[in-house]
Amino acid sequence: MSTPKALRQPFSLRLGSAAFLIFWCLIAAFPIFWIGVMSFKVPVDAFAPNPFDVVFGPETRARGKGLSILDIALGLVVLWFAARVAMRHLSPLVAKYSPYGVVAMGWIAASLAFGVGFVIVFFGILPPIIGVLNSIAGPLGAPIIGLTTEHYQAVWFENEFWRNFVNSLIVTTGVVTISLTVGTLAGYGLARSGSNIAFWILIIALIFRALPHSVLVAGYLPVFVNSAEILRPILGDSAPTLYGQPLAVIAVLVSINQPFTIWMLRSFFQSIPVDLDESARVDGCTHFQAFRWVIMPVMWPGVITTGLFSFLLAYNDFLVTSLLLDAQNQTMVPGIVGYFNRETTTTDQVEAVAAAVSITAPLFLLVMVFQRQIVSGLTAGAVKG
Amino acid sequence: MKFRTFAMFVGPSIFLMILFIAAPLVSVFLQSFQITQPVVETQQVETCTPGFLQQTCVTETKTVPVLDEFGAPVTTTEWVGLLSYQRVLQLDRVGAALAAGSWQQIMAIDFWKALRFTLTFTLVTLPLILIVGLGLAVAVNNAAKAIRGQIIFISLLPFIITPVIGALSIYWLFVGDGILTAGLEWWLGRDIAMFAQAWTIEILMLFYRVWHVAPFAFVIFYAGLQTVNQDTLESAIIDGASRWDRLRYVIIPHLMPLIIFVSLIHLMDAYRVFEEVVGFRSQAHVISLQWLTYDFLEPDDAGNRAISRASASAMLTMIGIVILLIPLLRRTWRDHKGSSH
Repeated sequence: MSTPKALRQPFSLRLGSAAFLIFWCLIAAFPIFWIGVMSFKVPVDAFAPNPFDVVFGPETRARGKGLSILDIALGLVVLWFAARVAMRHLSPLVAKYSPYGVVAMGWIAASLAFGVGFVIVFFGILPPIIGVLNSIAGPLGAPIIGLTTEHYQAVWFENEFWRNFVNSLIVTTGVVTISLTVGTLAGYGLARSGSNIAFWILIIALIFRALPHSVLVAGYLPVFVNSAEILRPILGDSAPTLYGQPLAVIAVLVSINQPFTIWMLRSFFQSIPVDLDESARVDGCTHFQAFRWVIMPVMWPGVITTGLFSFLLAYNDFLVTSLLLDAQNQTMVPGIVGYFNRETTTTDQVEAVAAAVSITAPLFLLVMVFQRQIVSGLTAGAVKG
Repeated sequence: MKFRTFAMFVGPSIFLMILFIAAPLVSVFLQSFQITQPVVETQQVETCTPGFLQQTCVTETKTVPVLDEFGAPVTTTEWVGLLSYQRVLQLDRVGAALAAGSWQQIMAIDFWKALRFTLTFTLVTLPLILIVGLGLAVAVNNAAKAIRGQIIFISLLPFIITPVIGALSIYWLFVGDGILTAGLEWWLGRDIAMFAQAWTIEILMLFYRVWHVAPFAFVIFYAGLQTVNQDTLESAIIDGASRWDRLRYVIIPHLMPLIIFVSLIHLMDAYRVFEEVVGFRSQAHVISLQWLTYDFLEPDDAGNRAISRASASAMLTMIGIVILLIPLLRRTWRDHKGSSH
């Protein structure tokens, strides 16, 4: 298709716009890429002033830890196969084996199985094979890029970061499930009711969304710390201290998230024609049945998108979790702050970097898989008004 | 939909919001006028040490907390009026500083320091984000279709990253002789310490926030650009509008509702600036209003949390939110009235 001459852009404009985009992509990706590189090097290399030292890690290589050409080649082959399996075979398998109506569950199970399988092959089976091959490959087997996983081992096993990971998992799962359950109900009700009350609820939710979280936490803290005494007259001696309980934090995060969730779900529900529930009602469904059996099956894209944003809120939260959870139940993001409080040696610093990368990696995967949903979620509220 | 059905659908959500948002707000409001302290009593304590012929005994008066039957300290709560607000605002010191005409003295008080930074931060990042977001949207709209997906993917990374981690990742590039500090030092030929003074930290914080939020503005503007009326653009070309004129008189007016939307969301979020202070560890130099409340809530060395002062500073923070929200609410109200008639 040829563009009319008037619309054709002068060379300088195209060059400028391309340069701007390249520059932006560099800025956007560089800090994340760089902490990824740093986390695999020994401290001397990670904080070296020369960027090439950081990338190639001579000091790390000198300790005999690194990747040879053979490693890189084999690793790439395995990655390529993994990507192929994920692209080609995963989706038919899910479609075949997951029962009707719970395709989302099937996807979750399939991605978990795929992830575990990948970790076993990539980190369990591959290294010993490569070790043998490297020793017989001669110069091809000599390391050329320094790389060590010692910091990850130190973070995850010696410092028991996996505990924080499990806590994060509990909190995020709880928040996503509850806030979607409560939110879809409310979002549907609000989308289908044109009454003034619905409008006022939405306005108040908008005000609540603007509240700084520290304001709310200032309200929770004294109550949560003394909850055993406050609740004793009602619950007797089994009254729990809510401070430090993951369940209490889940409830708090769900509520903080509620305004945003109902606004977003409402806008998704509004895009589903009312005729659909009306025809279901004509066929004799109650409102709830129409919601459950007619509307929900076509709502999955919206629910998944909103779920992603709930997940992000719970996963990224620092303020609420750091103030309301005690040390044993701490999630990952506040957990990392513990590192820089005791960050005395450069090894500690690189371990903190490794922990930061560990937190970022799942988010990276999330963008890869759900890019379209994230974009549609961002624009849902804005473009539709 | 009947009201009963509506209430059943909306009920759980409303219940959660009342219990965990509205109730805490009321309790914070009340707390800000109260102070809870442990009850102390003074006791005469006689301590004796064995000595020759006679014990040496010293009698002291000590203040000890009163304990209840479970061994927990008894606390009393009293109404103190505006005392907590006074402790946060420190108006007498502000008055003295004003009389002396000294800006530094005002900035030595935490609340005013935090307020100054929060406002600067909010107002400076807003235009930057709009410009960068709009620039990106126009540039991506210009780019070949094949690479748009990849660019959006890369752009989403700074947006989706955990704020504390994002701030940290930039912090690590500059800390000590981090890679970019080393680069700057080599380029400018002088020694640079990015985290030794307030203004360099503030620049990094501004940069971080633009880096973090510009993708959001970009995605929304990009979606808006897809719906620009091509006929209007063509007639503008026929009328002899240059590229700049088209952007100025066709595209930007079309995007105006989205620009307002992004600005409002950004004002709300930037006013709550907090993670930057944690990520850049700037509390010695730069603090924000929300961080101030957080700091009061953190247990101090003796394990006490300054709940009353936290509540007072939280309530003062709220005033800003209310001011920000009024235009938004007025607009929504107008739209609602317009749509219902």
